[in-house]
Order: sequence, then C-alpha cells, then structure tokens
Amino acid sequence: MTDKTHAPAVEGLFTMSPDEPRLLGTQCRACGTYFFPAEKTFCRNPACDQADLQEVELSRTGKVWSYTSANYKPPAPFVAKEPFEPFAIAAVELEREGITILGQVADGIGVDGLATGMPMELVLRELYQDDEHIYMTWNWKPADGSDA
Amino acid sequence: MSKEVAVLGAGMHPWGKWGQSFVGYGVKAAQDALKDAGLQWQDVQLVAGGDTIRNGYPGFVAGATFAQALGWSGAKVSSSYGACATGAQAIGVARAHILAGLCDVALVIGADAAPKGFFAPSGGHRPEDPDWLRFHVQGITNPTYFGLYARRRMDAYGATAEDFAAVKVKNAKHGLHNPNARYKKEVRVEDVLGSAVVADPLHLLDICATSDGAAALVLSSMDFARKHTTDPVKIAAVSTVTPVYPNTIIEMPNMATDSSAGVGLPEIGFKESITHGAYEEAGLGPEDMSLAEVYDLSTALELDWYEQIGLCAPGDAEKLLRDGETTIGGRIPVNPSGGLASFGEAVPAQAIAQVCELTWQLRGQAEGRQVEGAKAGVTVNQGLFGHGSSVICRV
Repeated sequence: MTDKTHAPAVEGLFTMSPDEPRLLGTQCRACGTYFFPAEKTFCRNPACDQADLQEVELSRTGKVWSYTSANYKPPAPFVAKEPFEPFAIAAVELEREGITILGQVADGIGVDGLATGMPMELVLRELYQDDEHIYMTWNWKPADGSDA
Repeated sequence: MSKEVAVLGAGMHPWGKWGQSFVGYGVKAAQDALKDAGLQWQDVQLVAGGDTIRNGYPGFVAGATFAQALGWSGAKVSSSYGACATGAQAIGVARAHILAGLCDVALVIGADAAPKGFFAPSGGHRPEDPDWLRFHVQGITNPTYFGLYARRRMDAYGATAEDFAAVKVKNAKHGLHNPNARYKKEVRVEDVLGSAVVADPLHLLDICATSDGAAALVLSSMDFARKHTTDPVKIAAVSTVTPVYPNTIIEMPNMATDSSAGVGLPEIGFKESITHGAYEEAGLGPEDMSLAEVYDLSTALELDWYEQIGLCAPGDAEKLLRDGETTIGGRIPVNPSGGLASFGEAVPAQAIAQVCELTWQLRGQAEGRQVEGAKAGVTVNQGLFGHGSSVICRV
C-alpha cells in the first residue's frame, strides 16, 4: 500500500507541489490573455493573430463567484468513492487572470461553509487509486483567515 | 426581399420514456407536420435533420435516417448538431435554403431517445474533450451549472427556493392540458421543496428530466405558402449566434471561463446576445411579444431568461413571476407549453418543439393553454460549446 506513488489524474493541468500546488495555464505574450486548461496552439482572442503562448502557473487564490453541491454520484468517467459522499463545488474567480475556475471543495466542507466572495486557495486531493498510483486533482479550500 | 418563411405544418411525438427507436418518433412527428401542412412527403425538397449523439451512427446522420425511413424520394438532405440548440441549427439550414431560392418546401425533424439520469460524455480516455475532462477530474454534471446560476440569483437579487419552486408550479399548470407533455400533473411549492436536493439550492423538481420525443416543422417560401394557404405563421428571425470573446460567465461543459485579462468585456453577455440578434433581424422587440418559450433546464434558469430576453430588467424576474405576468392570462406568458418542466429534455427536438408551440399559439390552436390574441412569440435556447438559439414567429 505504502509504495503507491502520487500522480495527476490528467497530466498538465496542475503542479504536484504538496504545499503550494498551482493550476497550469498558458498566457499569450502578445495580448496578455490567459487560458486554462492550457491552450498551446492558437490564441482565442479574435483580435490577436499571434500564437505566442507561454506556460504559466495561475494564481493559487481567488474569491468565490458561486457555489453548489453534487448530492448524487456523477456518472463515469468520474470515479466516485464508495459509498458516495456528496461534495460541494465552487466557482472561483482569479483576479489577475480574469478567469473563473470550477473545482470541488476540499475536506468535506459543504455549501453551509461557503459564501460568495469568500477567499479560497488551491489544494490537491486524492481523486481515486489503482494498484500503483494515487491519482490527484485540484480542490478549492477556504483560505486561511477566511471565516469558514 | 422578404426574409420570412412560412410554417405550413407542425407535428410532435409525445414526450415520455417510450423505450423505442428515435427514428419512429421522428417519422410520427414528420407525418403529423406534413398532414398539418396538407402536403405529401414527396413534396419535400429538403430534409433537415437534427442529430442525436446517443443513438449511434443513425443519430449522427439524422436527416438521411429520417429520409430513408419516410422512403427515399431524392430530396436534398442536411444533418446538423448544436447540442441543446440542434433544432435551431436544422431550422436555420432549412430557412437559408428557402430564402436562397434553393428549395420551396423543407421538412425539419429532431428526435431523441434519451438515457435515464445524468447526461454523461462519450466513453474512452479523452482529456482533450472538455466534456470528458469536467466529469473525470471534478465530477461536474450539468446540474452543477444550474446550481451555480441559481445561487447567483439568490445572492444578487434575493431570489428564494420558493421563487424557483413557483416556476415549476406555473409550468406544471401550463402543461396540464398539453397532449404532447410528459408530465401532466399539478405540482405544489411544497412538493418541489420536499424533493431531494440535487445541486444546492436546486431540488429534483427544479431540474428537468431527460425524455424521448420528437418534433417536426414543414417550412416553405412565402410564395409557395400563398398558393397553399392563407395567413400562415411566419418565421421572422432565427438567431444561431456564438459568444463574443471573452465570455466570462462559466458555461457548460467548461471548467473555466475565458480570460478578461487581455481584452475588454463585450457590450452584452452571450445569453443576452441570443435574442438580441433575433429581435434585430425581425425588427421587433420584447415589448411586441405575446409569449415566450424559454429553455427551463432548471426553474432558476427560466428566471435568468426573463431578463436575458428583455422581458424585465436584471433583478426583476422574481417580481414578474410573483405578479403572475408570466402565467397564461398575464402580460407575457412564458412557457405556455409547460416547458421542459412538463416535457423533460429530448435534446435535438427541443428547439423545434418550441417553434411548434409558437405556431399553435399564433394560430389559436393551443387548446387548454391558449394565450389569447397571440400575435408574435420568441423562443430561446442554448447549446453546449457556445450555440445560441432563438426563433421569432409572428402571424
């Protein structure tokens, strides 16, 4: 059991830093617009004909735009824990990037522990395991110093 | 040159869970629409099918599938897909052919046989597909987005769970006498609030089901229509717009919005732009509408649409609802058909079904749910991945 290694559920979406993980996006050097998941081939700004895209780590913190819950087990390709435990989902606005990103809320914190505007930070949590790996994904977590 | 086309016939297969092939539903709807138009299948010069992605290859080439089922006639064919907005794509293709003079009579058909429960993406390991990715790495279903929007209404405008439930109560009442509706039962606010929470703050009865069903329209040029009928209902506009960059409201099936860091926001948001384009094309405004059919995937989304299609100012939707203005008999009845609340969603048929309802309402044939004196109506709908869908009909 102990020799399982941690791996991202899907490569290239986030860094695996246990303490300060970050989502991985791209930014167009020409127009400044950001993309998550990373856009590597073209710039989607219609006024920009460059595709000068650099990989960037996105801000680790943002504020809740809205939130909801998943009270029923999502279908595959989601791999749900058995028995299924309902979870909350937050849409978090990253100020610098001007992007809102969805994610499950960490550590069983439900909708009662959330509020619009609440500061959140990015953490990694286990999504599921197989014989060799513990597959990780990102979660949002009320940031230290928030009221939750 | 007139940009209008005539609706000569409308037909539907009742919504439900019938356990049969989508092809049969589509054929039934098409035959009813042809009968309604007083035309034969052989009179049709173009079959415009709305595709379904959950019924194998025949669903991806729905136009040909329906043409074969009705009996090969040599008619031109098109098959289009735009997720929930598929029907508007098919209507748009048919209308463009007619307005370009490439055909006089077109048959538009959409049908689906839907699985039970949550819609799920296609199988395999496909991290490049945002629809697959959101399910796999976060377990984000369609109701997640409905819940996020509903919570926004509560925070921004003070909407309550009771307001959301009142939308269901209204639509259930509207659908009671609709022969094509799946659910024909009154619902009370307590029933909605007492049903299980699916995506907080939304309950099971706030969220539409998935259904089997089919809808079809016979469209023609105005010249052809004048020779066959008097005063047909006309399609005055079809809007199939995409968003303007950057779209900073989170949309299905994405896990992230566009970025506003490099580019300023567009003048109006995507949802507002959908009917905006239709009103402009028709030369009519929301104040000219007698009724609206809006895409109530959830009860709270219906309230968003009131504002996004210009029936009231942002934040006033709950008041419009509470005052009874969107109930049949009110100033601007919304979803007199009963909406998705009474039908459930049969994806490629839905935008076509909205136009069937406008047609019957504008002809005065909507028995048991008639909006008296209806002169013009608007539909609105939206498909995954940025498909706008709005049709304006008038007498």
